[in-house]
Parts: sequence; structure tokens; C-alpha cells
Amino acid sequence: MTEALPAAAPNEARLLVNRPIVLAYFVAALTFFAVSMIGGLLMALQLVGWNPHDGIELLSPGRWRMIHTNAIAYGFIANVFLGALHWAIPRLTMHRVASVQLSWFIYGAWQIVVLATAGGILFGQAQGLEWGETPVWIDPLAQAGLLLVAINFSVPIIKMKGPLYVTLWYFLAAFVWTFLTYAMGNFVPEYLVSGASGGAIAGLFIHDLVGLFVTPLGWGLMYYFVPIMLKRPIWSHGLSLVGFWGLAFFYPLNGIHHFLYAPIPMFLQYGAIIATIAVEFVVTTVIINFFGTIWGSSSILKRHLPLRWFYVGMVFYFITCAQCALQVTQTFQKLIHFTDWVVGHAHLVMFGVFGFWLFGIMTYLFPRLLGREWASRKLLEWHFWLSAGGMFVMFIDLTLAGILQGWSWSMLSPWLESIRISQPFWIVRLFMGLAIIAGFVCFLVNLKMTWSAARGDARQGEPKPVPA
Amino acid sequence: MFESKSGILLLAGLGFFLLAFVSNAVVPILMFRDLPEQSVEELVDPTVNKNVMAELRDLQQRYPESFAQYVGEATEENCAELLERGRDIYVGEGCWHCHSQFVRPVSNESKRWGPVAEPIEYQNELQRPVMFGTRRVGPDLSREGGRRGSDWHVAHFWDPQLTSPGSIMPAYKWFLDEPESGPPTPNAKGLAIVLYVQWLGSWLEFPISPYYENVEGVLGKAAAR
Ligand code: HEC
Repeated sequence: MTEALPAAAPNEARLLVNRPIVLAYFVAALTFFAVSMIGGLLMALQLVGWNPHDGIELLSPGRWRMIHTNAIAYGFIANVFLGALHWAIPRLTMHRVASVQLSWFIYGAWQIVVLATAGGILFGQAQGLEWGETPVWIDPLAQAGLLLVAINFSVPIIKMKGPLYVTLWYFLAAFVWTFLTYAMGNFVPEYLVSGASGGAIAGLFIHDLVGLFVTPLGWGLMYYFVPIMLKRPIWSHGLSLVGFWGLAFFYPLNGIHHFLYAPIPMFLQYGAIIATIAVEFVVTTVIINFFGTIWGSSSILKRHLPLRWFYVGMVFYFITCAQCALQVTQTFQKLIHFTDWVVGHAHLVMFGVFGFWLFGIMTYLFPRLLGREWASRKLLEWHFWLSAGGMFVMFIDLTLAGILQGWSWSMLSPWLESIRISQPFWIVRLFMGLAIIAGFVCFLVNLKMTWSAARGDARQGEPKPVPA
Repeated sequence: MFESKSGILLLAGLGFFLLAFVSNAVVPILMFRDLPEQSVEELVDPTVNKNVMAELRDLQQRYPESFAQYVGEATEENCAELLERGRDIYVGEGCWHCHSQFVRPVSNESKRWGPVAEPIEYQNELQRPVMFGTRRVGPDLSREGGRRGSDWHVAHFWDPQLTSPGSIMPAYKWFLDEPESGPPTPNAKGLAIVLYVQWLGSWLEFPISPYYENVEGVLGKAAAR
């Protein structure tokens, strides 16, 4: 399945990992993924006019739309990251995290933050910034949590002697960036700066959250897991350097591209456009590096599911980045800004890339955490194909919808005309969303079966094979 | 330096982040330093913008009982409070995920909605955080004030299909009270959000574009169906 599990080997590194906390993070992540899917589904139903919840305040689609994105970022992505970091960092550094008690404290605090945010949004207390919706009263706790995360994970990294492996560059930088980005986005545009300059900061925030929190942790984990699974080193160290430093330099300069043609000074917009195109070149070097690594043995993707999730995610990554270099130009912006094109782009990045990587990581780690191989290979395949198929069709569908919406608006046809022509695309999108949800259900069922089997093993007192 | 802890923490982590913050955030802040942020009280001041108070009095006339119950007198103070409340509802309901608030200089947008957005329009307390928006399922709202009567908005929030057949905007029934007899009337939320919508763009005088709606567009009759 995910490759035969190696027999228990005396391996010091594995003793450094606290398995229960990794498991706990993954369970929380899957819970919030389900919540987020409910939000997405409600909004998709709203758009096709099959709204089962019309006029019910607590099911207000606008609110659930915010829960959809917020729960994915902070509930799903952040939780899988935190779990995976608890696995990867001790193994890479050969040091435990600073304190396991602290880990559990952070775990609790983080779930409170995500739940309180969802609750706050549900009762109409969201703040008006994408991914910064976290209500005022919970922001300080989130900020403190991020500081503790940085400390807890940086201690083992700092303790290490000698040069750091690529993964740890990304992790270290990400801890600093995430803390700063969250502080910038959740306080400055709300309390200090209004208007166009506030908009510039809001753009920096939404962009940095993807580029300086999700992306570096994601790539860091890829640099860790891929060589281990392929049992060979990364192809080119030079390209790794270019990728990291290029991302660090150019990515933060992109933010304003979210508000092109807004009343933000034009030269700043041009700067953001150029920096964005530069990022796409940098990203391409990283992708070349990973494809160089697997070169010659790509047939492993047929049987090795985690690697398949990773590499298909990377192909999607390349598509989004190539798309981004085009759509950031003013020629495209005129047409596609504010349309579903951008929505398709966002789904491809967040689910098609990072979601895929994280599901790949979970597919790899659950058997190692539970000490039991996946109960059903078939369900794993279903999960993959429903997700990949659903995602890809949704992406094409929304991209086309965006182009047509853009044309409809610019030719000044009545607004409702743009709604009418979107209907077929929104119906397809609804069903693709349902396919993704169905894939997720396969994963949950499989997990449940695997987990019960692992429990059964434990009860019978069979010696568990503990994989390295 | 490129692989050392200090290089990564200080140069990549702090340094590049700050560089971007200075060039992309501090620069516009400095550029707009001569346009100080207006408070809500200033925004509703009739000597600055007579339309907001006029819309408030209009609401009072149309819905005297709800107005007396939820707002009281049509004073500037109450107006400021109500407007702020309206903004909070706009934020809390996620209206800004379906509606934008800036008119771009491209794609015929100024023909459809009115003048292209200017920075000064956003230098006020109600645009903190700024409500630019990133997606238009519904139309831009930054030129909405005065385009429709408040009763249109009330009916539209109750059931968008009433005013705009085929609309997929959600119904916001909780913005209205349902009396035992007679049509629903706006409650505190309803009055606030209608005032907010009427405020948008009310600081400008511009002719309402004939291209906005109810025209057959370039598609001809088929489009207007
Ligand atoms: C699901 C997306 C969606 C959400 C959420 C949404 N709207 Fe709309 N809105 C639309 C669409 C589509 C239209 C155009 C059709 C119509 O008039 O109903 C529209 C039209 C409007 C109009 C009329 C514009 C005009 O003059 O033609 C106003 C005003 C408005 N919305 C305000 C709001 C407010 C305030 C909220 C939040 C309480 C909101 N909308 C939430 C989609 C949405």
C-alpha cells in the first residue's frame, strides 16, 4: 500500500517523536476539514439557487463562506502542519521539541482559537479581512499561540550543530514570518490604517499567509518526506538554495497584486506585478529540482500513494504558478479580476496543492502512528481519484466561468445575465465539490476501519510492528 | 550565511519581511499622510455630505414606528451610530465576499457604475478595514447610494427575488420584523444596513448610468429575458 512497513528497528529518532500529539493534530484537522466542506457546500448551493437554508440567520451563506476559508487555513492546514512538524522536526534534529506539555497546551489553545473564530463568524462578529476574520477578542490568544509554536519548534533546531538541511531553512523562516504576518494582518488594517494603504496591507496579509506560512511549511515538508520515500537525495542543492532565497525575497513583495486597479498608487501595483512574475520563475526551479529527484523512477507513483499525492500536487502547483504569471498582468486582470477564474485559482492552490500534500502526509503517517497498515487500499485510491478528478474539473470549470463572466460584465449586459450564464458552471462546480467530499468520506471510513483494527491488535496483545 | 541559522532568521525571516512592509505598506501610508482619516461623525455632517442625513430622514418617514423604536430621533449622533452599525453588519454577513467596493478604470466599469475610485474616498473610519472586496457575484456597491429607494432595498433584503427575479443573493429575513398584519418592516439591523448601502458613493454627484440595468445590452432582447 504505502509500501510495506519496515520491521521495528532500533531507531533512536523514532523515540523522540510524541505520537499521540501528531495523531491528535490530525484528528482535529480532519474535523475542521469537514466543517469547512459544509461551508463550501452551503455557498455552492446558494449560487445555484437550491438554497435549503434561505432566511435562516445561523446558516447565512456569507458567514459560512468565511468559515469555509477560515477553517481550511487555521483548522485544517495549520493543524496538519503542526502534527507533521511534531514528526519531522525531532527526526531531523535528533532533539525533542522544547516541551511536550507546551505542545499540548498549544494544541488546546489552537483548537480554541479555531472554534472561537468559527463561533464568532457564525454569530456575525467576523472582522472584515479575508483570513483575518478572527474576532477581536481571540486575536491575542492566537498571536500568543504562534509565538509559543515558534519557540517550541525552534529550540530543537537551534540546538542543532552545523549547517541546516533545506527543510529547516523553510521551517525557521516560516516561524518568524507567520508570527509577523498574523500580527500585521490582524491588527494594522483593523485598528491603525484605513483606506488604500490599509488595502495594501490587507493584500500583503492575504498573500503572505499563503506565501510565508503555508508555502514554506509545505515545501519544507516536501524536502523532508520526498527524499525519504524515494530513498535518494534531492537532485540539486544549488536549486534548493535558489528556491528558498528567491521565495524569501520576492514572495513578500507580491501582496498588492490582489488589488490591481484599486486606488493604490500605480507604481506599487507595477512593483507587485513584476515581483509576482519573478516568483513564478523561482518556483519553477523548485519544481525542476523535485522532478529531477524522481527522474527515472516515476513508475513508483503507481503504487506509492503518498508520493502520488505529492507529485500530482506539484503538477497542480506548476499550473497555478504558470497561471499566476499570466493572470497578474493587466491584460488578464481587466477581464478576470473579481470573477470565478480567481476562485478556481485559489482552490487549485489551497486544495490541489497544499491539501494534496497534507493528505499525502497523512496517508503516509497514519499507519506509522497507529502501527497498522491501511485497512483498504481501494478506498485510498478512491480518495485520491475523487479528489484529483474533482479538483481538476472544478479548476477548468471555474476558469472558463471566469472568462465568460468577465466578458459579460465588460460588454455591459444586465448583471443578472452574468448570473444566468454562470449557472451551468456553478452546477458542475457543485458536483465536483461533492466528489471531493465523497473522496474525503472514503478516507474517513478507511481511517475508522484501520483504527479499529489497530485497537483489536492492541487488545489481543499481539506485538505491534512499529514502523520506523 | 545562506544556510546558517542567523542568515535565515535575520535576513530571510526579519529582513525581507521588513523590506516588503516598508516598500509596500509604509510607502503608501506616507504618501497619503496629508489625507487624514475622517471619523464617522465627519462623514454624516450635512455640511460635508447632505445626502446621509437626508437618507436617514427618509427612513424615518417611511418606517416611523420601527425608526422610533430602534433609532429614536433623526440626529447626527444617531446617524453616525447607525451607519457604523451598518458597516459592522456588512462585514459580519460577508457581503464583501460577493460585492466589491471599487470601480476600476477598465472593462467599461465607469460606464456601468460611475466615476473610477479615488484614494480619498477610502480615507475614513468606515473603510478600516477597507472593503475593497475580491469577488463580484453581485455588482459593485461603491456607487449604490441613491440609486434605489430605501423601500427597494428593504424588499430586496427580505427576498431578492421580489426585486430581481433570478437573483441568487441570499434572503436576509432577519433584517426585518414581521408584524401580525401588514408588510414586514426593517428592524435595527435592517435600518442600519440600508443606511450603509445608501451612504456608499453618496459623497459624489454623478448621473446614474443608463448602462446599469434594464437595458437590453449588446446581446439584444435575448439578454434582457
Ligand atoms: C451570494 C452572494 C451575495 C451575497 C452574500 C450578498 N449579495 Fe447582494 N447581490 C448579489 C447579487 C447576485 C446581486 C444582483 C441581483 C440582485 O439585485 O439581487 C446583488 C445585489 C445587491 C444589491 C443591489 C444592487 C443594485 O442596485 O442592483 C445590493 C444593495 C446588495 N446586493 C447588497 C448586499 C448586502 C448589503 C449584502 C450583505 C448583507 C449582500 N448584498 C450579500 C449577491 C450577493
